[in-house]
Order: sequence, then structure tokens, then C-alpha cells
Amino acid sequence: MSGGDLVLWVLLPYVSLTVFVMGHIWRYRHDQFGWTSRSTQLLEDRLLRWGNPLFHYGAFAAIGGHVLGILIPASLVQSIGISETAYHVISVSAGTVAWVAVIAGLLILAYRRVMVPRVRVTTTRVDVVTFGVLFVVIALGIWETFGINLLQGGYDYRATVAVWFRGIFTFQPHTSLMMSAPLIFQLHAVTAWFLFALWPFSRLVHAWSIPLTFLGRAQILYRSSVPTSGSRRAP
Amino acid sequence: MRIRAQIAMVMNLDKCIGCHTCSVTCKNVWTNRAGAEYMWFNDVETKPGIGYPKSWEDNDHWKGGWRLSRTGRLKLRAGGRIRKLLTLFANPDLPTIDEYYEPWTYDYLTLTNAPRSRHQPVARPYSQLSGRPMEITWGPNWEDDLAGSTETAARDPNWRDVEEGVRLEYERAFMVYLPRICEHCLNPSCVASCPSGAMYKREEDGIVLVDQDQCRGWRMCVSGCPYKKVYFNHVTGKAEKCTFCYPRIEDGQPTICAETCVGRIRYIGLVLYDADRVREAASVRDPKDLLRAQRSLFLDPEDATVREQARRDGVPDDWIEAARRSPVHALAIRYEVALPLHPEYRTLPMVWYVPPLSPVLHAVGDDDGADPDDVFAAVENMRIPVRYLSNMLAAGDDDVIRAVLRRLAAMRVHMRGVEFGDGADPAVAPSVGMTAEEMEEMYRLLAIARYEDRYVIPPAHREVAARLEGHDGGCPVGQHGYPHSESTPAPAPSVSAHFMLGTQLGHQLPPVRRTAEGFAGGLPLTVVRSTGEVQ
Repeated sequence: MSGGDLVLWVLLPYVSLTVFVMGHIWRYRHDQFGWTSRSTQLLEDRLLRWGNPLFHYGAFAAIGGHVLGILIPASLVQSIGISETAYHVISVSAGTVAWVAVIAGLLILAYRRVMVPRVRVTTTRVDVVTFGVLFVVIALGIWETFGINLLQGGYDYRATVAVWFRGIFTFQPHTSLMMSAPLIFQLHAVTAWFLFALWPFSRLVHAWSIPLTFLGRAQILYRSSVPTSGSRRAP
Repeated sequence: MRIRAQIAMVMNLDKCIGCHTCSVTCKNVWTNRAGAEYMWFNDVETKPGIGYPKSWEDNDHWKGGWRLSRTGRLKLRAGGRIRKLLTLFANPDLPTIDEYYEPWTYDYLTLTNAPRSRHQPVARPYSQLSGRPMEITWGPNWEDDLAGSTETAARDPNWRDVEEGVRLEYERAFMVYLPRICEHCLNPSCVASCPSGAMYKREEDGIVLVDQDQCRGWRMCVSGCPYKKVYFNHVTGKAEKCTFCYPRIEDGQPTICAETCVGRIRYIGLVLYDADRVREAASVRDPKDLLRAQRSLFLDPEDATVREQARRDGVPDDWIEAARRSPVHALAIRYEVALPLHPEYRTLPMVWYVPPLSPVLHAVGDDDGADPDDVFAAVENMRIPVRYLSNMLAAGDDDVIRAVLRRLAAMRVHMRGVEFGDGADPAVAPSVGMTAEEMEEMYRLLAIARYEDRYVIPPAHREVAARLEGHDGGCPVGQHGYPHSESTPAPAPSVSAHFMLGTQLGHQLPPVRRTAEGFAGGLPLTVVRSTGEVQ
């Protein structure tokens, strides 16, 4: 194992995760005002109407696929009745739907961001970097799903990449598993760590604000300016 | 019964001269910032017209406000919460900025820097969105004084069931100014639409605010408000709205729009209402009953039992006293001459309007024996069609408008008798259900309208204010002064950058608008309480 491998498959993940966690804590505590989706729907609606749902729903599907394929051990998936073949069929079919949606959405949004002047001026440097890294990660992911797993007969990442990934969280990173993985999988992993490190400092933080509490709360919210709610005077 | 106090406004449309001073002073105070160029927390529309944003009253299209389900339950017109979450990525009911207008500025520097030439240099308009030169095709007051309304006014939704002949003649017939701010509704659909729970109604005074820290920019409030009075700041990515100038109100001062109104059309005061019956009142089946239902929520501060209950519910004594002197209570409830704007939206708005009298279209006195003081005949023949006003202020109930206009016309007849004739005709006041004393009191409130009678605003309590300071850590406008981390580097925040009222940063041409300045749309408050049913 070379020093380079140690950096890529051990150091980078831990640095990235540390930045990810600490960055979020810092941002959440110090920048509530900046914590927003930074929507540009007000400025342009017709392209966004297609691109944005495609991208987001495709991304949800892709995240779900990563949970099933990477986060949950293959043995566990098998034990709930999803055989190796069934998993492969699901991952290739659902994966294809997901990547088509994601890339179509991303291309529409990218076109919109570059070609619509009023959207373009809202783009910050952090946005450019985020979109760039996101695009590379997604393109590599598509190469894996479409190029390697569908056209070239596949690579069993559940026995290598997934084990290494889970090992990071149990502080047993199986570096050798990653060293032998195909280059595309290696690149996908490395760029993904950069994305995670970027996450807390970018607009991606809005992902943690999916307003699920909305489903259960009262319609009209009242707030009192004083702790003795409802009473203006001390009780 | 649970009594709450609400700060509310009445505008007397009879006296509005359409000068836009309210809009301009409001803009200078609140929306003179990057990302807020297109926002007018206060705007004055010429009716008939489609207004700002375009056709905001057409809620068949925009889906703002509430509706009743077939089972009689109150529902957001734009759909339930699950639908809202599913359309989070592209709100189907959101107006784009072109529905408001593309804000612009001028290349003023050319006027002084242009090289010597045969022709006068011209300052060209530049978009404040893209920084590019632009053609101006729509603006915040495009229809001012019916300008261009031959093109647009036919799309005014208040025309529905107004006679065709009247409609075609409107240009010669009438216009009316409609100044608009946030309605600070008792049943605010914007608050109910906010997925993040960032919008709230203040328990103490009913002012509806956006917590700028909690807002995540989901935009549902913008489409949820049927009056389109919540705006999206495209620089900060947060919603903003009229704050009823709460820092001034807490200090016992009127809002800046009211303070600077040259026509003295605005009245501000408290009303006491039963907070437990809000939903019930908003859920009456017939929209024409909404006015009566809303009025039934308001409680009479002259009633000792109401005062006792209000005290028990935590309304301070001086607030109860202020409610007794409230001009809003007098105009909206005692004299019943003020009406809510579009009650059919079911939000129970709290900015009410005295409908305008207008010249009589065909001389009533033409026929022999007709009495020019016959207010009953006059009301029917005024230039502004009763149906137009009732579509705007009474959910289409003409009788409500007639009753108000008769009172206003009768008041003039009565006072003409008092001032110039041989004393008031004793039959006039009773003919519209009032006593002569009431009529003269109403006259003083509407016509003389001294400052202390128009604005009865008890200041927030010192012990409350002290606690607010403790929570807030100082100036409410200061704390968001820094551009957030995603912005391109702004000039190092100077002291003035902390204040919204201070310098506008980066004001060169082409316009630079990448500076996120703060907005004090809501104090960070500690106690969140919820009432109402969970859907």
C-alpha cells in the first residue's frame, strides 16, 4: 500500500467526513440566514418547471439506490428476499430511470443557468464549484451504471467498494478493496468525498431542510415575544 | 372564549388622491435593498386594472387563500400539505418576476460622462436583475390613473357580472385608488402554507411576520397569499413582507405609510377578538356571510365582561383602554362603514376599506320633484358601479355596499344641514339606522381626523420590551448584516452595512446586486406556540 492509497482511501474520507460534520455544525450555528434553497423560480419558470423536479426526484432515486447497494450489506439485502439476480435487475432498471432523470434535469438546469442572464448573475463561485463537482460525480456514476454494469457485464461493487465504504464508519477501512477497484469506481468515490466536504459550505445544505414536520403541525402558528406565552405580563 | 388584541388598519378610499407617498416612504424604509427592488410592501393601484402583480385577484388562477371542501372543511386552495411537499421543486402557482415587473435603473453616469456630441446624452434603462440594457414594457404603476388600462383593465376580475354597457364605458365613467399592504389576516393562508414554519402571527398584536432565520425559501407563502403580499427576495433566498412597521408600532407610532399619508386616509387601532372562533368564522358556507362572521369575532370593549375576560387573557389595561378609543373599531364595527378587501378569500383580513362615494352619473335632479339629497337614489346612480365595489369589498353582496354608501351620503346631507342649512333634517340619520350624535361622531372621525384620533396605538410594554432586548441581543436590523457565505465577496461590512436603512452597497452601473443584506422581517423569538387543528 502506497502513501497515495493511504491518502485516497483512508485520509480523504476521514478529512471529508470531519469537514462535513463540523462544517454543518458551524454553518447551522452561524448562518441560519444563509440557509436556504436559493430558489431562482421567481426569475425563470418554464425551464425550471421541468428541470428541477427531474433532477431532484432522480437524485432521490439515486440516493435510494446507494442506500440499497452501498450502505446495506449484500447479505442483509439477500436475507430480506432480494436475490443477487433480482438486485442486479433492480439496480440496472431503477438505476437507469434515475440517471436519465438526473442527467436530463441537470442538463436543463445547467442550460438555464448559463443561458438565462438573470439566473446566470445569481450564480456564485461556490455554486460553480458545486455544480462542477456534482456533474463529475454524476457522470462517473452514470458510467458505472450504464457503461460498466449494463454494457460490460458488471462489476461487483457490493463486495468491494461497499465493504470499504462501510468500513470507514467502523474505523476499519479495507483499503486494498478499493485499490483493486476499476478506475471509474475509484474516481467516483474520490470526487464524492470532495462533494461531501463542499456540502456544508454550499447551497446543498438545503437538503437537510426537507420540511417533513410540515405534515404534522398546526395550520396557523402564533408566537409570543415573551416566555410567558399568551400573557403579556408576568403571571 | 380567548381574547386577543389585533392591530388593524382602515383606509378611507374616499380621501385617497393616489399620490403614492405611502408607497415611496415604505420603499425607502423597507425595500430599498438588493433583491427587494421589485417589492412594494405598500402599493397603490388604480382600479379598474389588473394591479400588482398582474391579475393578483384572479385566484381561480393563482390559487391563493382558502376554500371550503364539500364537507365544509377549510382547505388551502392550492392543495394540501402532501401536494405542497411534492411540488416543492417547482411551485405550480408561483408568479414569476415578470408578473410583478423587471426592476430597472438608469445609466445616469452617461449624462455627465458622455463625450461632446450633437445630441443630448440619454440615460438608458438597465435591468436590475441581469445588469443588461432593457426595454421597459411593464412597471409597478403601469396602470396609474387608468394609463394603458384600455389594454389591461378588461381582465380585472372585479368586473364579473357588471353590466356590459358599464364596462365598456368605464374609461369615461370612473376610477378608484386602492392602496394595499399586507392584510395581517386573522386566518393567514401564507402562515398555513409555509413548510418551514417560519411564518407566524404575533400573539400580542396579530402582526404576521417571516422569521428570516427559519425561512428556507420554499416559496409556498408567496403563492398561498391571495393578496400576493409576500415577496421572494431572489438575492437572500428568503420571503419578505410588510411588517406593519412593528418597530414603530411597538413604540406607539403609526406605520410609515400611515404617518406620511397626505390625504390622512389611514386609521390604526386595536380590535379585540375571540381567537377560539377564528376558524369557525372563516368556514361559513356562503361567502356573503363572511363579513358578518368576521364582525362577530370582534368584541365590544365597552362591555365590562369583555374587558374582564381580556384582562384574564393577558391583554394589558392600557391596551384595553386603547381598544375603546380605536378608530378601527369605530369604523369597522360601530358604524359599519369599513369593509374587508375580498372577504371571499376566507383569510379574515385586518386592513379594511371605507368604499368611495363617486359623482352621480346621470343627474338625479333631472326628473321633476327628485330630491338631490335623496341618498337612496344617488347611491344607485354613482359612477362606480355598486357591483364593482361589492366584488372587491363584499364578496358580491351589493346590499352591503349600498348600506355603507347610504350612510356616507346621509352623513353629508346631515352635516350640510348642520353647517349651512336650518339645522339637520332629523329624519336623515335614522333613515340609515344611526342617531344624529353617532353621525356627527363619524363625521369628526372621517372628515376632521386629527392625528391622535386616527392613530390610537398603545406602545408595547416596557417589561415586554426589556425581555425582547434580552432575547434579541440588540438592534433587530443589525444581526443579519453580513452577506452569507455563498455570496461573492461583498465589501467588508462597514457599520452602515448592518443597517437596512443605510447605504446601498455596490451601486454602480451595470447594477451589481450580489450583496445579501439583512432584513428584519421577524425577530428571533423563543416561544413557539401552535393552535388550530392539524389537517
